[in-house]
Amino acid sequence: MQVTLKILRRDPANSAKPGWQTYSVEAEPMDRVLDLLHKVKWYQDSSLAFRRSCGHGVCGSDAMVINGINRLACKTLVKDLGTVIQVEPLRGFPVEKDLVVNLDGFFSAYRAVHPYLINEESPPERERLQSPEDRARFDSSTKCILCAACTTSCPVFWVNGSYIGPAAIVQAHRFIYDSRDHGLRERMAALNASTGVWRCRTAYNCTEACPRGIPVTQTIEEVKRALLYDRF
Amino acid sequence: MAIRARRYADAKAQASTNTELLWWVFMRVSGVVMVFLVLGHILMNFVLIDVNTINYQYVAGRLSNTTWKIYDWLILVLAMLHGMNGLRYVMDDWIRDPSRRFVTKAVVYSLAVLVTVVGSFSLLNHDFSKDLSQNTPTQGTMTKP
Repeated sequence: MQVTLKILRRDPANSAKPGWQTYSVEAEPMDRVLDLLHKVKWYQDSSLAFRRSCGHGVCGSDAMVINGINRLACKTLVKDLGTVIQVEPLRGFPVEKDLVVNLDGFFSAYRAVHPYLINEESPPERERLQSPEDRARFDSSTKCILCAACTTSCPVFWVNGSYIGPAAIVQAHRFIYDSRDHGLRERMAALNASTGVWRCRTAYNCTEACPRGIPVTQTIEEVKRALLYDRF
Repeated sequence: MAIRARRYADAKAQASTNTELLWWVFMRVSGVVMVFLVLGHILMNFVLIDVNTINYQYVAGRLSNTTWKIYDWLILVLAMLHGMNGLRYVMDDWIRDPSRRFVTKAVVYSLAVLVTVVGSFSLLNHDFSKDLSQNTPTQGTMTKP
């Protein structure tokens, strides 16, 4: 089948405004959008810029807006989209070129929540053990691949820009609800700030956008609860 | 976390102590309380009696009672605080220019304070029992015109 692929492109060298460029690509229904982008880049227009690494929905490099919805290009099949496919860069970040956005702000928000185990106690001889029930408490938030689909679907993040964003809060949740972690107070500096979790207005865009099926909004509410119980 | 901010707004955003948590709790508590207050108000003034029979005598009769004064004043204050905080969320989210945000907030907050003060004065600073004439019935029994 013949697919019309419209890509919102921007070339910073010409500092031109972003513009739609249309390509006609031969595709199979079971092709992924990533395959279409490869066909364009390899056979039609090598100047097209986009990120991808593993190509199997694990690395989180190729999140983009496909037909108006934040998705991973490597997990979205042509048969689910029809013959006209629109691809845009993620919203809310500065565009570097074409589909490549600047993720500096995203990762500084990630670092601000200290996304690692904080436990000052001297470690036991073997590993720090945890019951299966305690492990299950934060299981969904371990699935995050930092693709930024949730953060860039958030209306508060779009207009405000300084909101820490759902992805960073999910990462905080992964450790706050880990029974071995004692770092809530360190993480609170970022989470309890006026740009932190209280900015979430529960629009649920993030939950819909997550390609890993993480209940992101519920996760944010649980982090709010952790801060609340710490205060009272 | 060290605060490295150029403007007051940045410093405020980065400060880890703020009232956002308390406002979040207040929004939930005041919302639940207001549901019952307003439902009670509707029940007493629209359901149990015919709203068309309400006249000034009826209102003055109710408001000469301290309990109903406090009841109505609670609705006023909770509604203003709850509504204005909601509007503050909207303004913080959607007005990006700091100076425009400051001016908008100043105007909105001034109006909110004005409405609350005028409302509180008319509720609490007036002796309604003086307006009650002995002959006029006070309980919604006035005949329809």
